[in-house]
Amino acid sequence: MRHFTNGSTAIVRGALASGCDFFAGYPITPASPILMQLLHELPRAGGVGIQAEDEIAAIGMCIGAAMSGARAMTATSGPGISLYSENIGLAIMGEVPLVIVDVQRLGPATGGATTVGQGDVQFVRWGTSGGYPIIALAPSSIGECYALTRRAFDLAERFRVPVFLLTDKELNTTNNTIDAGECAEPDAAAAHGAPIREPAPAGEPYRYEPAAEVPPMACYGDVPGLRFTGSTHDERAFITKDAETVERLNRHLEAKIEAHRTALELATVDLEPGAETLWISYGVTAGAMREAVRAARAAGRKISALTLQTLWPVPESTLRHALGGARRVVVAELNLGQYRLEVERLARHQEVIGLNRVDGGLIGPDQFLEAA
Amino acid sequence: MSSTTITPLGTFRNETPYPFCPGCGHGPILDRLNEALVRLELDPRRVVLVSDIGCSGLSDQYFATSAFHGLHGRSVTYATGIKLARPELTVVVLMGDGGTGIGGHHLINAARRNIGITVLVFNNFNFGMTGGQHSTTTPLGALTSTTPLGNLERPLDICGTVAANGAAYVCRATSFDGDLADRIAEAIRRPGFALLDVWELCTAYFLPANRWSKKSLEATLGELDFATGVLRDEPVGEYAAAYRERAAGLATGGRDELEALEPRFSARLDRKISVTLGGSAGAKVGSAARLAARAAVLSGLWAAERSDYPVTVKSGYSVSELILAPEPIDHAGAERPDVIGLLSAEGLRKARPLLARMDERGRVFTLPRLGPVETRSAVETLDLGAQVPRTGVALAFVAALFKRLGCFPPEAFAAAASLLPDSYRREGERAVAAGLEAA
Repeated sequence: MRHFTNGSTAIVRGALASGCDFFAGYPITPASPILMQLLHELPRAGGVGIQAEDEIAAIGMCIGAAMSGARAMTATSGPGISLYSENIGLAIMGEVPLVIVDVQRLGPATGGATTVGQGDVQFVRWGTSGGYPIIALAPSSIGECYALTRRAFDLAERFRVPVFLLTDKELNTTNNTIDAGECAEPDAAAAHGAPIREPAPAGEPYRYEPAAEVPPMACYGDVPGLRFTGSTHDERAFITKDAETVERLNRHLEAKIEAHRTALELATVDLEPGAETLWISYGVTAGAMREAVRAARAAGRKISALTLQTLWPVPESTLRHALGGARRVVVAELNLGQYRLEVERLARHQEVIGLNRVDGGLIGPDQFLEAA
Repeated sequence: MSSTTITPLGTFRNETPYPFCPGCGHGPILDRLNEALVRLELDPRRVVLVSDIGCSGLSDQYFATSAFHGLHGRSVTYATGIKLARPELTVVVLMGDGGTGIGGHHLINAARRNIGITVLVFNNFNFGMTGGQHSTTTPLGALTSTTPLGNLERPLDICGTVAANGAAYVCRATSFDGDLADRIAEAIRRPGFALLDVWELCTAYFLPANRWSKKSLEATLGELDFATGVLRDEPVGEYAAAYRERAAGLATGGRDELEALEPRFSARLDRKISVTLGGSAGAKVGSAARLAARAAVLSGLWAAERSDYPVTVKSGYSVSELILAPEPIDHAGAERPDVIGLLSAEGLRKARPLLARMDERGRVFTLPRLGPVETRSAVETLDLGAQVPRTGVALAFVAALFKRLGCFPPEAFAAAASLLPDSYRREGERAVAAGLEAA
């Protein structure tokens, strides 16, 4: 049995299968189908879906709901992520489990509302003050939209951090044929970890030991005197400027992701022995790469390919492994070389070439074949 | 998790003394809030104080309730999220006049929506924490660190704004009022959106800069013709409750399932092909392309469909690109189409660059009324006859086009037409039949 569907629908189904029971969003092309579908589905599933007055309110409502025990998600595109910025920082500081879908379109500014782009890759990583880490996953097919939405909810809960699902206009709105199993429940082993919902020690909602651990999460209404703050705080969530406490907090916010960076690596590694060229891509562009790999090999060319599903933290050990045998590396993306920067700092001995497009069209298999 | 018996608390305050300046109105207002909470005999675990930014934003730290201290101006959004997720909680927002300025949009919409939160505005006419700058409530002529000429902007009527937009309960008061605790308790008891605009003195900046006093505060109320006391108290339905009530009335039975397409026809296609349809928005070009895609899937092929359209909906061009392949499609695009179907002059204009890229191996299908098409590819004109209605042209055209291409049987097209939405099925089936006939 097959389905003819698209990334938006797969994300919605992945969210519902993950127990998403709160969604707030604001209309924006090309993310609106997620808003419309979830506002239709959630009241039927015992959840709440709301169109907020703007993007700031949308993410604000999600943060409030998440701290009240909801599994919250929001979805927008580049202009909306810009408005989310300050609240992304709040979610990092307050350690809020939250899934943020960024359906990328061509920027900057209003840019091309109905045009594909992958220009938010560095933006989601560095999009709020302070520079503290988030997690970002990039599906490259409709099936991955479903599976990585599920993973995003797991990781958001596990690490109490905003998890971005970085998709794009084409992946979300192009209808494609999938096998029925691609948007079905994954087996239990696919879940990254059970949500940590044991109440925090009384009065100490931000108690973590050691610094790389995530504090257990309690929710409003479940425990007395539960505090939350976006200010530098002690383990009781009281504002503090005590240097030792502040440094410990900020190092914790980084360490809780960094210490687990290897476990967070998701990638499809397709290395061919003897291949001197390695193609690297992610998202919709990786689909073209897969076709190009088949065409190249059919023509007798040796080629290796790496599709990155985890973009942040950078899957460094996978990248190093894939770079190992290569002499030339092509990084293909619909921006002017944002993720190439991450590859370049790891590729000490390889020639790194950018395959880039910012005219609103997709990079096709032919461009891969011509690039190297 | 909730206890079944609630022990009335003597106080909701913790033991930490307030940090506010001598004479500041914040402490007295918080004392009245505490009295109100005690009087209401609320379970402290079911009370969440949501504080904004500024001196009043410190307030939550002096209470033993739950607390949320977020970003400047956004307290109402967090409170809304908490209330939507846990309607049984009592959610009280503590914000200054600064917060009502930067977050005014949220305030208006929370009032309009009537979300069941209580907003307490600590209104002292300036930014007390950041150096005495003017706020949206600074009186005309007042001196602040950013109004050296005297304030030229009319102060915002907070109460009038939320009342005009449907707030259930609105009250203007001062920190000196003897009945303030009663009013706060009343506001919290109201199920809908409640706001108290509490005027008070900032002894650090506003009072010395303007030689102000309690008397000048009262005089300003008079000059502005701002009434005090309860300004609105209406039994308005609360949003979170209304949402749940409406949701409970919906037909259950789980979420909409994805449409199942079981291949049951056989296809004749040995390589990936691209078929681009160029037409006008609103003429069901996309629907026709998706119908063909479903027919292909029912024939065991893999189909992808992407649409390109201007930002408008029912005007301008509409281009759909269909990819059909005997194996899964990783890249739903093509360098140049193998086939183009032209449905309108707008579609033809948009398709010209594609036509220029096609060679003699390509096939172009067009309608008689579009006239000659400049292309190296073979052109076939599809005469659909006069009986196909305008809304059915795209479906009929695409059915005819694919019948000519022959990559899947006509029965697959008819089967796909039977999957059209109820509202359009009969018309769609007729159009498809007409197209297959005309081919």
